[in-house]
Amino acid sequence: MKKLFALTSAIALLTSVSSAVYAGVTLDAVKKKGFIQCGVNTGVPGFAGTDDKGTWKGIDVDVCRAAAAAIFGDASKVQYTPLTAKERFTALQSGEIDILSRNTTWTLTRDTSLGLNFAGVNYYDGQGFMVKKSLGVSSAKELDGASFCIQAGTTTELNLTDYFRANNMAYTPITFDTSPETAAAFDAGRCDALTSDQSQLYALRIQLKDPEGAVVLPEIISKEPLGPVVRQGDDEWFNIVRWSLYAMINAEELGVSSANIDELAASTKDPNILRLLGQEGIKGKGMGLEDNWAVNIIKQVGNYGEIFERNVGQDSPLKIARGINALWNKGGIQYAPPIR
Amino acid sequence: MAVEQQPSSAPAKAALWRRPVFRSTVFQVLLVLVIVYVGNSLLSNTLHNLHQRGISTGFDFLSNAAGFGIVQSLIDYQETDTFARTFLVGLVNTLLVSFLGILFATVIGFIMDVARLSKNWLIAKLAMVYIETFRNIPLLLQILFWYFIVLNKLPLPRQSMNLADVFFINKRGLYLPSPIFESGFWVVGVAILVAIVAVIFIARWARARQERTGEQFHTVYASLAVLFSLPVLAYFAAGSPVGWEIPELKGFNFKGGFVVIPELAALLLALSVYTAAFIAEAVRSGILAVSHGQTEAAYALGLRPGPTLRLVIIPQALRVIIPQLTSQYLNLTKNSSLATAVGYPDLVSVFAGTTLNQTGQAIEVIAMTMAVYLTISLTISLLMNWYNKKKQLVER
Amino acid sequence: MIKNNGFLPALPPPSTSVGVIGWLRQNLFPSPLNTVLTILAIYLIYLVTVPTVSWVFLNADWVGESRNACTSGGACWVFVAARFDLFMYGFYPESEYWRINLAFAILALLLVLLNIRQVPRRGWLAAFTLIGYPVVAFYLFSGGLFGLDEVETSRWGGLSLTLVLSGVGIVASLPIGIVLALGRNSQMPIVKAVSIVFIEFWRGVPLITVLFMSSVMLPLFLPEGTSFDKLLRAMIGIVLFESAYMAEVVRGGLAAIPRGQYEAAKALGLNYWKSMVLIILPQALKLVIPGIVNTFIALFKDTTLVLIIGLFDLLTTIEAGFKDSNWLGYAVEGYVFAALIYWIFCFSMSRYSQNLERKLHTGHAR
Repeated sequence: MKKLFALTSAIALLTSVSSAVYAGVTLDAVKKKGFIQCGVNTGVPGFAGTDDKGTWKGIDVDVCRAAAAAIFGDASKVQYTPLTAKERFTALQSGEIDILSRNTTWTLTRDTSLGLNFAGVNYYDGQGFMVKKSLGVSSAKELDGASFCIQAGTTTELNLTDYFRANNMAYTPITFDTSPETAAAFDAGRCDALTSDQSQLYALRIQLKDPEGAVVLPEIISKEPLGPVVRQGDDEWFNIVRWSLYAMINAEELGVSSANIDELAASTKDPNILRLLGQEGIKGKGMGLEDNWAVNIIKQVGNYGEIFERNVGQDSPLKIARGINALWNKGGIQYAPPIR
Repeated sequence: MAVEQQPSSAPAKAALWRRPVFRSTVFQVLLVLVIVYVGNSLLSNTLHNLHQRGISTGFDFLSNAAGFGIVQSLIDYQETDTFARTFLVGLVNTLLVSFLGILFATVIGFIMDVARLSKNWLIAKLAMVYIETFRNIPLLLQILFWYFIVLNKLPLPRQSMNLADVFFINKRGLYLPSPIFESGFWVVGVAILVAIVAVIFIARWARARQERTGEQFHTVYASLAVLFSLPVLAYFAAGSPVGWEIPELKGFNFKGGFVVIPELAALLLALSVYTAAFIAEAVRSGILAVSHGQTEAAYALGLRPGPTLRLVIIPQALRVIIPQLTSQYLNLTKNSSLATAVGYPDLVSVFAGTTLNQTGQAIEVIAMTMAVYLTISLTISLLMNWYNKKKQLVER
Repeated sequence: MIKNNGFLPALPPPSTSVGVIGWLRQNLFPSPLNTVLTILAIYLIYLVTVPTVSWVFLNADWVGESRNACTSGGACWVFVAARFDLFMYGFYPESEYWRINLAFAILALLLVLLNIRQVPRRGWLAAFTLIGYPVVAFYLFSGGLFGLDEVETSRWGGLSLTLVLSGVGIVASLPIGIVLALGRNSQMPIVKAVSIVFIEFWRGVPLITVLFMSSVMLPLFLPEGTSFDKLLRAMIGIVLFESAYMAEVVRGGLAAIPRGQYEAAKALGLNYWKSMVLIILPQALKLVIPGIVNTFIALFKDTTLVLIIGLFDLLTTIEAGFKDSNWLGYAVEGYVFAALIYWIFCFSMSRYSQNLERKLHTGHAR
């Protein structure tokens, strides 16, 4: 006990901590062990979850797979650590995982004081509400005095507070550790409404006993840019994760998909595509990767459009429309800096 | 030979490294060195890691605004309060569930124990089935099970079970009327104090009289009568200074009154049912540990069964029971941290859960949480050691 | 003439005080209060058993492939049957199940042999069970040697993981516990202080916080880049926690040995370790075997807490089972099945410990 106190008080002395640059540590460690340790959600359909054979699937999972494809040329070299919202940052800070890809909202506090860096946004989301039809509510403004099932330790919890304070309404929060527990409690009638990122609401809705009996309300009360997170201070690693994501977005913009990549590689004259495929220009050296890093990503994981449709879009049970997650030139806000 | 002729009157001194004092000193110095080394390297690793990863440290975060709501709080709490306040809220909730759990577990445990030792075969067997069932199923499983039952079997707020329009039970909790103390209530408070003082005097007087004359006095009944009647008299004399706030269905939920949330109910149920099984066993083993000769000796002296139990068996059994009972109480307090599995806002769930996640300062938060449990258990351990020393049989 | 030089043969007791009726009168209806209690108890039993039996057995569905087979309104054991392998073996590859089975078969065989008095050299057998067997079992589980495929610990799960966690817990925490107990009784002040601090620290904190620390915070305390298996870390947490409890159990045994034994050992000229290993510990450990088994039962139940750090033990696997959208709504079946398994293990162990207690009661206890 004394030791602990000594430890904590010593830490307390260190009030200002600057981050040192220690480039390369994570990449070397990952290469040595031969796989990426990826922190994912314990189970949100479309984002992360296991299928019947125990294989991890989802849009968050694909971000880790893309990084593995870029580094090893093999998207399967990932091991997954399912994390609750409460554990996620500690697990990343402590080095337990290399990438946290767990529908995590990018906020100032998280970016600046937790020792973390957000590498990009793989899904633009916003917080919404789901209620039982029998409640007879059609807008969040009618929810004064209601009780809400929430997942503990999320921005959702804070947004809910803000929303109700701003609108001068009362509410009761009932928090749970994981999203299936939250959904089960809502299903059982513990609370009047479930609040979460809207993408998750649709995902959770199909898991209810009676999906038709629940509706998602139209209000969106927050901005939730979700993206992969890495530890602060390792710029090389940060770059790899960031550009693995951007490579997929750029690939969609350039019309390169897992289906046509071989054909394009042989025939294309477009310098943008040639640069993406590592046949011209900067190639992979700046990141410490092979030249065909992006080819591996696109071949094995696909471009952004493909992973979106496969996991949460029209080819999935969720059938979420692209909406603001469409490319910038197609009415959305997904926009990746150019590869050159 | 020269060697053999050396004077041997004084016992040969053992070589230095064979002397117990030397050995133990060396060993202890080594141990200290190892601990200092390990401690130091843990500390420096941690500082290095924190520094390198740019994780904020220190306890400044405690004064930041929490910004999240908590479903149950005995002390005043708003979302705008600080993280330090969430620590207090969690602590109070932990203490609440532990206190109530200990209370219920003791009552159920003693009832089960009486039943188990009963001469009625069926009752004794039923008690045994209870003990053997609940003792041998993991507590976490029981908590999850009760929570599931509570949530699934109870009605929705609009179809609440209703007792006399005053008590309501539904999925959102058990709603009770809450007392509102009006201005004259101090009279009742004073009456309670007076009653307690009176009871102390009655007990002293009765004891003195018994030692002087041998006559016994029904101290227990007299004390109960005083404790009950004085406050009640004062209550009516002051003109019933307590009002009741009755819960009412407003909008989605009941408002007003006092609510026991289902998380608390499930946790409490599981904790007390589980611990009661152990308490019943502890009490039984204590009573059985007292040799049967003691009972026979007491009967031979002409004591009736009641006084035999009270004056001979229980005092001896307590020596075995109290330490076991205390350790069960401690277990219950620590087990209350399983609250996080059903979302009851105890210390581990609120502070080591949500607060930890919102601030990201795992080391500080976990250290504070552990310190709380350590303080509770060390305090009780110290009391226990003191009690054991006092009650220990003196050997030789 | 009446011959009266002997006693009349004793009459049989009245029929109301022997046989079934006598037993009933004595044990169920000795007084009005007891009669009322008995009737209430019978009513209670009726209230509980009838619906339970009809739910568990009479109205239950036993065979089928999916939830469509569950139509009769009672328990849906199809759910348990369909996921039985998952509950037992977790995500372990199906073709390798035999390795787990073999490991537990060996263990069962060893335990049976250990309990037969006629088996020669039981001491060596016991030593093998505690030291050699865990190594064998580890290689069977994880593979990677002798042509067995390697199976990562992240794929271990279900009941076998629960057994591994508790088995490792007991095997590792016993020796640590003994050392700590000796340390706490030591004459050396620093050793004593260290042992006390260690024991009281681990006994004072909840296991959840220990598991949280070992599962997500441990890498923060270690040199950069060191990382080891998540399962191993959970095990370390459990072992440290349980060894403190074990130490207190062993200390109880040490305290129960009469001082004369210590003095006699000293008088024979035995040094500290010899007197402990040859005289005191054998007696003390024998005394506290029931306590050790009880600690083991507690440990076995405590392993369920790994649910909170996301290891797939029996309870977690079952929870995951009924949260799967294919089996939504069969939580009670899942909980009942889990409870039954834990109960069987814990109950039989506690019976075993009570047996031992009777067998070993050789009069040392005061």
